[in-house]
Amino acid sequence: MNSGEDRKPLGVRPSPFLERQSYRRRRLMDAARLLPILGAALVAIPLLWPSQGSSEDGVPLSSAILYIFTCWALLIVISLIFGFAARRMVVSDDAEAESD
Amino acid sequence: MATLNVLILVCLGYVVLLFGVAFAADRMAAAGRGAWLRSPLIYTLSLSIYCTAWTFYGAVGNAARSGLEFVTIYLGPTLVMLSWWWGLRKLVRVGRTQRVTSIADLISSRYGKSNTLAICVTILAVLGGTPYIALQLQSITLSFSIFAEADPSGLYREGSSVFWVAAGLAVFAILFGTRNLDANERHHGVVTAIALESVVKLFALLAVGVFVVWGVAGGIGPMMDRIDASEIGQWNVDAGRWTTFIFLSAAAFICLPRMFQVMVVENADEGHLRTAAWAFPLYLLLMSLFVVPIAVVGLDLMPEGSNPDLFVLTVPLSQGNDWLAMLSFIGGFSSATSMVIVTAMALSTMVSNHLVMPIWLSTQGGAGSVSGDVRNVVLMARRVSIAVIMALGYYYYRLSGGGAALASIGLVAFAGISQILPALVGGLFWRGATRTGALVGLTVGFVLWIYTLLLPGMGGAIMPDSVLQNGPFGWGWLRPQALFGIEGMDPMVHSVMWSLALNTAAFCAASLLSFPSPLERLQGAQFVNVFDHSVSPAGWTGSVAQSEDLMIMTQRILGSGPAQEFFQHEAEAQGGRTSLPEPTPGFLERLERELSGSVGAATAHAMIGQIVGGSSVSVEDLLAVADESAELLEYSSQLEAKSAELSRTARQLREANTKLTQISEQKDGFLSQVSHELRTPMTSIRAFSEIMRDTDGLSAEEQTRYAAIIHDEALRLTRLLDDLLDLSVLESGRVSLNLGGDTLGSILDRAVSSALAGSHLKLKIRRARPSERIPLNTDLDRLGQVFINLISNAQKYCDADEPVLSISAHDVGGQVVIDFTDNGSGIPPEAQSMVFEKFARVGGDKAGGAGLGLAICREIMQRLGGEISYLPGQGGAAFRVRLPLAHRQAAQ
Repeated sequence: MNSGEDRKPLGVRPSPFLERQSYRRRRLMDAARLLPILGAALVAIPLLWPSQGSSEDGVPLSSAILYIFTCWALLIVISLIFGFAARRMVVSDDAEAESD
Repeated sequence: MATLNVLILVCLGYVVLLFGVAFAADRMAAAGRGAWLRSPLIYTLSLSIYCTAWTFYGAVGNAARSGLEFVTIYLGPTLVMLSWWWGLRKLVRVGRTQRVTSIADLISSRYGKSNTLAICVTILAVLGGTPYIALQLQSITLSFSIFAEADPSGLYREGSSVFWVAAGLAVFAILFGTRNLDANERHHGVVTAIALESVVKLFALLAVGVFVVWGVAGGIGPMMDRIDASEIGQWNVDAGRWTTFIFLSAAAFICLPRMFQVMVVENADEGHLRTAAWAFPLYLLLMSLFVVPIAVVGLDLMPEGSNPDLFVLTVPLSQGNDWLAMLSFIGGFSSATSMVIVTAMALSTMVSNHLVMPIWLSTQGGAGSVSGDVRNVVLMARRVSIAVIMALGYYYYRLSGGGAALASIGLVAFAGISQILPALVGGLFWRGATRTGALVGLTVGFVLWIYTLLLPGMGGAIMPDSVLQNGPFGWGWLRPQALFGIEGMDPMVHSVMWSLALNTAAFCAASLLSFPSPLERLQGAQFVNVFDHSVSPAGWTGSVAQSEDLMIMTQRILGSGPAQEFFQHEAEAQGGRTSLPEPTPGFLERLERELSGSVGAATAHAMIGQIVGGSSVSVEDLLAVADESAELLEYSSQLEAKSAELSRTARQLREANTKLTQISEQKDGFLSQVSHELRTPMTSIRAFSEIMRDTDGLSAEEQTRYAAIIHDEALRLTRLLDDLLDLSVLESGRVSLNLGGDTLGSILDRAVSSALAGSHLKLKIRRARPSERIPLNTDLDRLGQVFINLISNAQKYCDADEPVLSISAHDVGGQVVIDFTDNGSGIPPEAQSMVFEKFARVGGDKAGGAGLGLAICREIMQRLGGEISYLPGQGGAAFRVRLPLAHRQAAQ
């Protein structure tokens, strides 16, 4: 997520490669935690649309459908990517990731 | 045109197919084949019992009424699935490590295994499940009625059909859900059947959708135009309802008993959540993809006033596509049956475990310990509870009139079951959550839900319109749909807001104010920190060489001889050839009894449990072990205290004995001394009196001298006898004190002058006169006697070349302390404890005293309320006299 932070653990530990991997895993967990917040934000946006007002400036239902289903699909794709990434990465040591 | 009979035949055939699938899956699982039965795909598909007949039919109806609002019901669960990493994963892990059987079990387990709480959750779940089941009944009945309208035979009657649908579903659920008893085990058969039903309903809805978009509207573009042109063609969703429903569906997705059953209880592998996290939202998306198109086309095609809840069926029928309608009917039927099966399974588990079994066991009083009995009772309880639950659903359907929109009934159920959410989330993430808090919160939320939503929804029969309009007893602020005078809210939003807000507030407040039991706190720690306490839950391993392990353990506890004898005996009793018996229940029970004699019952139970494995050590066991060790510790510390007391008493006895021996020796010494003392003057008296009697011609001078000697000796005898008499009078307490007032200085003056008068021994006396101006009110003669004694002792015994006696007086803490210290060599340490005893004499009899002086002094000081003691380590003999001050004594 944040490439600037990558340098921090490099100097501390002798094995940069492993450290980098577990660092990536931590950020992956962060992403997993943030995903529902992103989802909630996307889903809350329709609250801002004008509703029940005059019929002229309302949002057409087809646009609303497009927006909601696109967001939905986007969330599913991110979750899918995370699922595959997590499967590859978490296999080795589950415990470390959990303690974070 | 499909007739009703064909429809019923298709239904029955479909049910038979489901049975076949379930049966085959169970067989495969039992045979150890079919790893795909535990695959993430099956898990994800089984989660889709979330989509019931309400979803299948009602979503279209909802869309036809209020546009995109229906989508909230799917967005909530989507958000929950997306947050699986910190939410569902914990729930599943807790459920698996604690081996919970239902959501009631989970809540009760978290809050100290409280059955009260389990009963509350069970009742809530049953009441929340009732409208939901009514919903399934309604949807099936409605779909039947659509086909019946087209059926020329006209045999269909709605009232009786509802009953038969309810009865049929009950039988179906009983046959399906209670085939095997063990609720801890996963129901592979049921889960597989549900997965199949999920595929069927998704396929049916997609087929109708594809038909509508491409078959009726003519493609995506025209469809979109048609949507915008329709009467729901604008975004028109109330913000409050949008937010509330997303939240509510998310809460219900976690709390619904049937969701908990498939998500937690039937979960075979935590990793499945990873797949379900994207696959289940995808399923939901597909389920809702064609909802709006179907609704729009339905609104266009169907005549005014037709029920939009049934567009899924009526649109294909109106287009003459009977087979598609049949498929869609099967899809709706699938949705209803799978929901009813799993709900009935979950609810009946809860009812039988938390309501029926405790009551049955308490009425049996332990008589029914034969396992077969309990099995039958449990099965019976589950079957009856399924029937009762279905009957409740039927009754609710009749009460609510069957006319209300499907979606609103579903939301009522959601709001009810969501009352568990605060207790559940609090229990998983907050260690301070207590049983009292959960109970209070649940009760508050439950009551508010019933009052503001369930009863108003059941129509005028239960809650009269006057109450709805003006509040109970005319109290306007208690109106069910405008609590505390807040009007104008949507009833649903109003109820959810108040019940959940007050529920959470009550839960937190009661948790903060109450104090949890030890078991609760332990469970709380285990739940909240489940990832610290558990590795990935391991399955039970087969019991290999248990008897040997038991033998090793028993030898350690009982000693090898008795242990081998016991095992040998047991093996012979079992008729086995080897020396190790089989670990049968009877043997284990006897072994446990044997061991509990040595290590306590709870410890023995826990140890055997550890080795035999089948049952893990429960917290109660551990607590009992802790209690036992605490008792042992208590007992041993009591023993220690007693033994310390004994040794103290023994030491005191030894000291007393030594003293007694010393005193006895002193007495012997004194007797010889007294006889010597008496004999010496008596001898000289006799000798001189004989001389005076028998010798003639004594000179007058000689006569006077001899008579003087006789007189002196007689005086000496008298003095000795006086002393003895004095001491016995003092000791017997018959002495009367002659009180008078004077200063210490003048008493000492008199004592010094009378002690030194007429003595040839020189003694220098050093005094500090200013400090002696202390007034005393006491028996002056007796006190003077003590002082004289001490001064003459110093005179007699001080062995210095120039004997000096220092007399110093202080006022210490309300007492006068007078020290008499000489510069001699003092009293040897071994004699110090004896100087105040009668007849004690230090250093032989060189001064010729009878050894009574100090004993008399001590007795006098005791009579005067003071004391006299020897002060060791002052350089010479030092005596200290303590006496209460004058005013003190006067005050007494």
